[in-house]
Amino acid sequence: MKILILGATSAIAQAYARRCAAKGDDFVLAGRRGERLVAIAADLRASGATSAETIVLDLAAIDGIEARMHNIRTQFGEPDQVVIAYGVLGNQVSAEGDLAQARAVLDSNFMSAAVWILALLKDRPEGHKLTVVGIGSVAGDRGRASNFIYGSAKAGFDRFLEGLAHKYDGSSIRIVRVKPGFVDTPMTAGIEKGGPLWAKPDQVAADIERAVEKGRRIVYTPWFWWPIMMIIRHLPWFVFRRLKI
Amino acid sequence: MQRVVSSWGRLGQVPHDITRPAFLDEAQAAVRSPGPPQLCFGLGRSYGDVCLNANGRLIVTDSLDRIIGFDRERGILRAEAGLSLDRLLRMTVPAGWFAPVVPGTKFVTLGGALANDVHGKNHETVGTFGAHVTALGLARSTGELLTLSRTENSDLFAATVGGLGLTGMILWAELQLVPIRSAMIDGETLPLKDLADFFRVSEESGDWPYRVAWIDCLAKGSAVGRGFYIRGRHAGSGGFAVHGAPRIGAPFGAPGWLLNSRTIGLFNTAYLHRPFVLGAKRVHYEPFFFPLDAVANWNRMYGKRGFFQHQSAIPTAAAFDALRRLLELTAEFGEGSFLVVLKLFGDKPSPGILSFPLPGATLALDFPNKGESTHRLLDRMAEVVLAAGGRLYPAKDATMSGEAFRAGYPDWRKLEAARDPAIMSDFWRRVTTETA
Repeated sequence: MKILILGATSAIAQAYARRCAAKGDDFVLAGRRGERLVAIAADLRASGATSAETIVLDLAAIDGIEARMHNIRTQFGEPDQVVIAYGVLGNQVSAEGDLAQARAVLDSNFMSAAVWILALLKDRPEGHKLTVVGIGSVAGDRGRASNFIYGSAKAGFDRFLEGLAHKYDGSSIRIVRVKPGFVDTPMTAGIEKGGPLWAKPDQVAADIERAVEKGRRIVYTPWFWWPIMMIIRHLPWFVFRRLKI
Repeated sequence: MQRVVSSWGRLGQVPHDITRPAFLDEAQAAVRSPGPPQLCFGLGRSYGDVCLNANGRLIVTDSLDRIIGFDRERGILRAEAGLSLDRLLRMTVPAGWFAPVVPGTKFVTLGGALANDVHGKNHETVGTFGAHVTALGLARSTGELLTLSRTENSDLFAATVGGLGLTGMILWAELQLVPIRSAMIDGETLPLKDLADFFRVSEESGDWPYRVAWIDCLAKGSAVGRGFYIRGRHAGSGGFAVHGAPRIGAPFGAPGWLLNSRTIGLFNTAYLHRPFVLGAKRVHYEPFFFPLDAVANWNRMYGKRGFFQHQSAIPTAAAFDALRRLLELTAEFGEGSFLVVLKLFGDKPSPGILSFPLPGATLALDFPNKGESTHRLLDRMAEVVLAAGGRLYPAKDATMSGEAFRAGYPDWRKLEAARDPAIMSDFWRRVTTETA
């Protein structure tokens, strides 16, 4: 199986790719840092991947996505699975004052991701089986004071994927919406960690692997985020407004 | 960011300023960054303070765990220094290769194994871990990137193997693996009735590459040294299945009284009388090499005050009497040691100048931290070791005096000269600055 990973240097993507490499998959790794992609590709090959190619791109740059997707297709062939793993967390407080930062968060996590998927689907050969794995976030499940710029971008991405899943239901295209909670990755390096809510990238990767295998549409990872977000989504306003989250 | 970090013995909860590079370019940038002294920290399996740098900076290496190249024909593996033996074995065993030397846990990084020049149950036949490292990459705080081996930058290589992480940041290492025909070990367990028995059985076990004894530390008088002798070799068949994940976790808040002389006595009695353990048996490498890895975080069993480990190497000539004395002291103090491991070291030289093993015997014991009395016991044991011309293992130590260290490692100044001035550890500060 040929897996195209957009944002291959993300810790979750690396852990997931390692699991797939053990099954002998082929990889196309896209990201901004060439030397890091090369290191990941070598590791995947040593871990069992049949092949691992790299391509250096700024994924969040929206202009030219269509042409870049076309290049990937001609250079590496049609992917059977695409993982959208890149994104930026940003800093809510500073982004409220620094609108360029706010826009970068929105562009990276939602706008560009949506355009990449549209470009992917536009020229797809009819009937070719495809699985799209979108790494979202539980942060997109409800707008919260502490993180609503990132959260709304992830929410938009989630709605986009939901719509795609609706459109392609019963076809050869499958959409898997992944919603991780707190994951111990470089993205969250600035946050105090510890406690039972924090997961390792490999736990999340294992959940994604299982979801893809079993054809699940939505996966909260670790599983306990499903009941947590269920409650948070349904809290009445008079309770929710008092929460410092 | 500031984090509280403990080593495996959990003797202190010390704040450190942590960076955790995910890629080698970030690691190089971290080593170069100006500020207070730094130190690399892998999986934190050293017991005392060789991996700590109180109130200073730590570069945590566990994310640097990529394989750079694996030659499946020749068994040569090059990987980033944060690669654990856990992941290494998962990669290499199915291809028919095993790590040349494994310590008692697979949750150590290549960098940590190199910096402490760890040994395994096969020291007599193959020497230390560092003896199988064919090359390594070192980043210095000056920005220099060096490749070290026995032939290239050989002085710095000798200082870095067993160099306690002080010569720079080990970025990657290349290792010569050993071929195996299966993941299984043909093992044999024999009873030992005393210390003389240990030396006798050791003598007879020359054609077994892996040899170790478990000793009942509560035995007194003529029974001192009673225990088991375990020996093994890679089996000729049985498949290449890799190990699984830890099955049990130790509770976080285990009370300190859980492991006392009575419970340890019960454990030892039960262990020594397990009727089924004696004799020949084919087992997977996991329980043979890493029995304690089955319980994740077993170190928490000692409670929140933590525990000490004494591990010494004693030259052959003085070994019998010194071991007897050490075991007697342990029994006298009644402090109970859960795990007592006794092995012989061979005469294969390590490339490292500060390597711990020396031809002779090595004894390792755990002691729950009971404060003053435990310190007194450890001091008395250190005296016995020194008088016998032996030395203590920095990777396990938390209490040895500067004097004891410098007597045991007369070449320590060579490491001090090769040390990267921007790197420091609590251990090194303790044993080199204190004047006795």
